[in-house]
Amino acid sequence: MIHLKLNGQDISIDADPATPLLWAIRDEVGLTGTKFGCGIGMCGACTVHVGGRATRSCITPLSAVEGTEVTTIEGLHSENQHPIQIAWNDLRVPQCGYCQSGQIMQAAALLKDIPDPSDDDIDAVMTGNLCRCMTYPRIRSAVRQAAAATQESISE
Amino acid sequence: MDSSNTASMSRRGFLKSAAVLGGSMVIGFNAGGALAITTGSAPADSVGFNPFVKIAPDGTVTVVVKHFEMGQGTSTGLTTLVAEELNVAWDQVAVEFSPSNKNYINLAFGGQGTGGSTAMANSYLQYRQAGAAARDMLVRAAAAEWNVDATEVVLKDGQLASGNNKGSIGDFIQQAAKLEPAAEPVLKDAASFTLIGKDKLPRKDSMAKTTGKAMFAMDVKVPNMVYVTILRSPLFGGTLKSFEIGAAAEVNGFVDAKALPDNSGVAIYADSTWASIKARRSVTAEWDNSAADSRGAAEMLSEYTEKLNGKPTYDVTGKADLVEMETAAKAASRSLSVDFHFPLLAHAPMEPLNCVIEPTEDGGVRVHDGCQFPMITHPTVAAITQLPEDKVEIITYYAGGSFGRRANTKSDYHAQAAMAFVALGGKKAIKLVWTREDDLAGGFYRPMFAQRAHIGIGDDDKVSAWSQHTVAQSIFKGGPMESFVVHDGIDHASVEGIADTAYQLPMALGLTDYESPMPVLWWRSVGHSQSGYTMEVLMDMAAEAAGKDPVEFRLSHLDQTDENQGRLAGVLQLAADKAGWDGKQVAGKGRGIAVHKSFDTYVAQVMDVSVNAEGAISIDKVVCAVDCGVAVNPDVIRAQMEGAIGYGLGAVMRNQITMKDGVVEQGNFPQYEPLRITDMPVVEVHIVASDKAPSGVGEPGLPPAGPALANAIYAAIGTRVTSLPMTSAGIKFA
Repeated sequence: MIHLKLNGQDISIDADPATPLLWAIRDEVGLTGTKFGCGIGMCGACTVHVGGRATRSCITPLSAVEGTEVTTIEGLHSENQHPIQIAWNDLRVPQCGYCQSGQIMQAAALLKDIPDPSDDDIDAVMTGNLCRCMTYPRIRSAVRQAAAATQESISE
Repeated sequence: MDSSNTASMSRRGFLKSAAVLGGSMVIGFNAGGALAITTGSAPADSVGFNPFVKIAPDGTVTVVVKHFEMGQGTSTGLTTLVAEELNVAWDQVAVEFSPSNKNYINLAFGGQGTGGSTAMANSYLQYRQAGAAARDMLVRAAAAEWNVDATEVVLKDGQLASGNNKGSIGDFIQQAAKLEPAAEPVLKDAASFTLIGKDKLPRKDSMAKTTGKAMFAMDVKVPNMVYVTILRSPLFGGTLKSFEIGAAAEVNGFVDAKALPDNSGVAIYADSTWASIKARRSVTAEWDNSAADSRGAAEMLSEYTEKLNGKPTYDVTGKADLVEMETAAKAASRSLSVDFHFPLLAHAPMEPLNCVIEPTEDGGVRVHDGCQFPMITHPTVAAITQLPEDKVEIITYYAGGSFGRRANTKSDYHAQAAMAFVALGGKKAIKLVWTREDDLAGGFYRPMFAQRAHIGIGDDDKVSAWSQHTVAQSIFKGGPMESFVVHDGIDHASVEGIADTAYQLPMALGLTDYESPMPVLWWRSVGHSQSGYTMEVLMDMAAEAAGKDPVEFRLSHLDQTDENQGRLAGVLQLAADKAGWDGKQVAGKGRGIAVHKSFDTYVAQVMDVSVNAEGAISIDKVVCAVDCGVAVNPDVIRAQMEGAIGYGLGAVMRNQITMKDGVVEQGNFPQYEPLRITDMPVVEVHIVASDKAPSGVGEPGLPPAGPALANAIYAAIGTRVTSLPMTSAGIKFA
């Protein structure tokens, strides 16, 4: 039995400790916003936050998250109004949308680490998140917009 | 409001009375294609009537979208058409995907399906008519209620008004549903459009896709569902001889393993996706590979070259003798001869293929899928489950990309799921999940192509002779759509973009088929995915041979008094103007241009690259001009140009599927690396203002991207890449 805090709630998962966190979240807990893309940590569709760090859940065994705080796209913001989500909607970033939970979780972690990222910062952090629809130009713009909005709200 | 009243009729009388289960007004088309209306939520099939628009008593409008959403914008685009004609507020409109139903046909195909960049083109008038019919009936109902002339009633933002009389559309649905729909409702004049052409309209699917709430088939869970992965033959065409469950039985959650009825593989059933993936690793199988394809990529390439050296099987152009044209091209004082090679490509959508099949209470089955081609999936699943088609239901979800892969002539993954369902006894719901490895090695690739061209330049600095030979594996031959696309043995998809070029060229084109048991498929822009590259690199080379500027040379082969040629010239000129094309190249940089028409849409791109000290290329910027007729959703068009450019660039830069002894060598993304954000150029899109009928935008942005890059690379470092991918031709990218 693995115990962790998922989106602010204490939960226990009765599964093989070697089970990737991705499949436990999706099949056992039933939160499906986190996606399966490659299974080897190379596309970023499965990105969640573990202890606040962007983490590839498809290669993270349950045993590694015992006692941690895990956040998925469903728990990023109580009203889905995280600055990244607002910017994503405003700039109409998603096309097929399948990779976007992972993109958003990665971008949210990026803003936490680097509140005012340069284009090179954005590229360097987001390069591990693949998008076959090529929403990349809009991801760049949306991260910049979210960063600016966050900076503004801090200075207010 | 009395919801027991039913008034359902049509001008042709196809529609009978329907039971009323709810209070909504429903506007759609009946089996005869006529506009019809009903109240309530009677099952569409029971009255041969398919709803396109539903209006609830609270005024909420639901648009039933017949084309699945794979990111290309149908849920926003088709909704825009109804909202425009109905004069309702954008946030008042909801979206629902249509069920699998023969009445929801793609008017361009004659069957239910999405592809060929046809969704907007075939829906433009149909969805507007549905919206206009609803508007007309609501206005007439309000006019009758208020005892005024219909011309005195205004409908705006979902509110009806005349003098002091006011009401929501929801207040009038009962009365409106009693009226006969106009045979030909009057559509709005383009000058009064408020939503069609409106820039930056919020996408209908955006909120769901930024909150994790958007439902893909991958997210479907039904009661008592068993998860399935399939162990397949590593060779295309191999069949199962025997298998051993072995240590898989020890895997926690393992349920069972069964041979698929056609012996194409072993289905491994488990109580979770992970347990099935894990158990599969321990299942061993023996395969009969006597009929399998064990060729490698190098053998395929040499067979293609052998065919290229031979006489073409088909004379495509039929205008001039290929041999004579080749002789004339070679005899010209300035001439060039070039071979092109294009590799197999996988679609690799982000959502690995999957679907759910569950038994229904009436003994049928329900398929949950991001379904691109219900017209093929529906009968395929019915045949395998041995059910009449009316016992097979398909529920359509968002698709995590497709690029053509979710539609194929064999409905391969649905067939696999149906077989796994049957093999387990047909009583338990199953969810088929492919891994990324299954997807990349799963076949249905963009075929390999080889091209050989001989071009002569005349004294007028224009092309005097152009002979070309195409070798390709046919996508359509032997499939259910063959009769639409293959004529006199020639698969149009093998020659499109060359045989029908808008350039005025003295061309002779021959075609030879390549055969293989490996399944091939349309891949974003189909034949144009390589013909655009071939034509536009050749035009660049011909321009150089003629000593002409690439833009000027192309324009000299287009007669702008002709509409088709004029539109191609139009986007070429627009892209050149917006990019500030002056024919000059700057050291350390390179600029290339390409233009191509596909799916009735014209796209030109100017590509800027730079070269670093190590000679590696960065793609800096793309200026794109597009003419797709009426621009219904300008921002969706922009997004599709951005997407198709990036998708095309990634493929020509470094993607290929290769086999060694018949086994696919690309296991996962590290061996088939998609374009990354670090590779993606800035994209600037310019849309030609037009009142022509709208054409598609999902695919046409792709064909010019590769050749524009190739021409820019040539300008930068002097290397002509005629064999893809570019990385295999020695090009380095920064």
